[in-house]
Amino acid sequence: MASLTETTRSSSSLGRLSTYFYTRPSLLLLLLLVPPLLWLGIIYLGSLFSLLLQSFFQLDDFTGQVIMQPTIDNYLRLFSTTNLSIILRTAGMAAIVTVISALIAFPLAYYMARYAGSRMKALFYVAVMLPLWSNYLVRVYAWKLILAKEGAIHWIFNQLGLGGFLDWILSLPVIEGSSLSTSYLGTMITFVYIWLPYMILPVQAALERVPRSLIEASSDLGAKPGETFRKVILPLAIPGVAAGSIFTFSLTLGDYIIPQLIGSSRPFIGQAVYQFQGTSGDIPMAAAFAMVPIAIMAVYLAIAKRLGAFDAL
Amino acid sequence: MRSDRNLAKARLASDRSSAKAGFGLTAAAWFGVLFLNLPILFIILYGFTTDDKSYSFPPPGLTTEWFGVTFARADFWDALWLSVRVALFAMAIAMVLGTCAAAAMYRFKFFGKESVTLLILLPIALPGIVTGISLRSAFALGDVPFTYWTIVLGHATFCIVVVYNNVIARLRRSSPALIEASMDLGANSFQTFRHVILPNLATALLAGGMLAFALSFDEVIVTTFTAGQQRTLPIWMLNELIRPHQRPVTNVAAIIVMAITFLPIIGAYYLTRDTQDVAGSGK
Repeated sequence: MASLTETTRSSSSLGRLSTYFYTRPSLLLLLLLVPPLLWLGIIYLGSLFSLLLQSFFQLDDFTGQVIMQPTIDNYLRLFSTTNLSIILRTAGMAAIVTVISALIAFPLAYYMARYAGSRMKALFYVAVMLPLWSNYLVRVYAWKLILAKEGAIHWIFNQLGLGGFLDWILSLPVIEGSSLSTSYLGTMITFVYIWLPYMILPVQAALERVPRSLIEASSDLGAKPGETFRKVILPLAIPGVAAGSIFTFSLTLGDYIIPQLIGSSRPFIGQAVYQFQGTSGDIPMAAAFAMVPIAIMAVYLAIAKRLGAFDAL
Repeated sequence: MRSDRNLAKARLASDRSSAKAGFGLTAAAWFGVLFLNLPILFIILYGFTTDDKSYSFPPPGLTTEWFGVTFARADFWDALWLSVRVALFAMAIAMVLGTCAAAAMYRFKFFGKESVTLLILLPIALPGIVTGISLRSAFALGDVPFTYWTIVLGHATFCIVVVYNNVIARLRRSSPALIEASMDLGANSFQTFRHVILPNLATALLAGGMLAFALSFDEVIVTTFTAGQQRTLPIWMLNELIRPHQRPVTNVAAIIVMAITFLPIIGAYYLTRDTQDVAGSGK
């Protein structure tokens, strides 16, 4: 208390300044808002704008210099067979990863929301959050160890005498690879593992919001448990799944570390962007390629919004 | 904070639920939990293996020599030191800007408020590669050479939102009556800030800062575009993964990285755990 009165006496000029701001709240707002807005506006929006700008420039193949004349050549090059297959491969992987994530996340979230006691729920919650906050690269690396030819999964299959079965799966078209860590299947498992928590959390939140009275009403009105699940619970969980799918889909589209470390050597969008800006120094083409995930996400978000994903975030 | 709310809800729900889950559902739920958490154990296991050529499982033998080898490597320490410096500076910038933004958004209503929220969220909403290549293209257009500062610039940008979220959540829970009381008792705005608002915010601010530190310390995707030839610890690890030499060293580094990121996260959790009942929030 003593210190408070002391400061009051000694800082009458501060007091005047305080009154000044109190009577002019818009000035205070300006003072608070301008620094973060300047930072994000200049550095972030500025960069995004420069990305858009760059995508309309072109690299001179002979001089290696960027020609600053607007052209849509880069965008036309996106439709070449090679680039189109990169885009389709990435979008396809994102779709599969999203579906598998939803299939694994749903029972877990459902168990958490409806059956787990308070202790058990806290445990599950930590189990979902822990990987989310562990190092991304470390977690990808873990799967490189597990999926390797001489690694744990191949070892377990061999011990169980199922080595032949695993080889058969790996010889199937599309999956084809000499081991899990060099096949699409390995890439997919790693993607699912890395992004799964982003699916679990919104689904769990959506299921948590389903009022118990609604479920009771459904069974009172004669619905069997299966029917209640299909006609009451599932429709109410859809917005949560849609919200989760935004993350799994978008994150898979933009990732380039996972397919670089685990999988066949065929490139994904992220790797293409990285290689264009790095090895070939073609930043304009990299910029045009980076527009692809943005465009796909814009369409995806429009669909997700219709499914009510934004209310479930 | 969120976990607290869920816990409270869980307690309510468990009182009402008497139904037991079927075996299939329970098994599926536990499969998910194990799938999410078992892989990390392999990182630790392989840090002790005697096999440095392949990923053979089970490891042919166990040793602790790789810890010594890692600690003797200068490139590891350089990368670690760079990462710590970047994370500290990015954290400091994010704490100042995030707090300013949160205060403005809490205290005022103004035109375009939703756009500002979107702007703050955008750096983590868009895929990392978009943020990375954007910064890269801006540096190329402006002929900005890659330095320590280009890394910090990128990291601070996506760390702002973490601090912002923590601080605004605390502001929303603290009672405006406290501020009014302080003013009524004759304190000016600065004194109110120093003696009332700041003590109330301190733990949320610290928690936000720690999470920002962890986020920056971990980041690899944006960093590959803004670092040039410099190596933060995650980039050093990525290089080791692609061109391994002394493979288990990467695992030892991974164990150290996990320890360094976990401490601030656990700290942040404890700092924000007991703040459900902020002084003066009872009405």
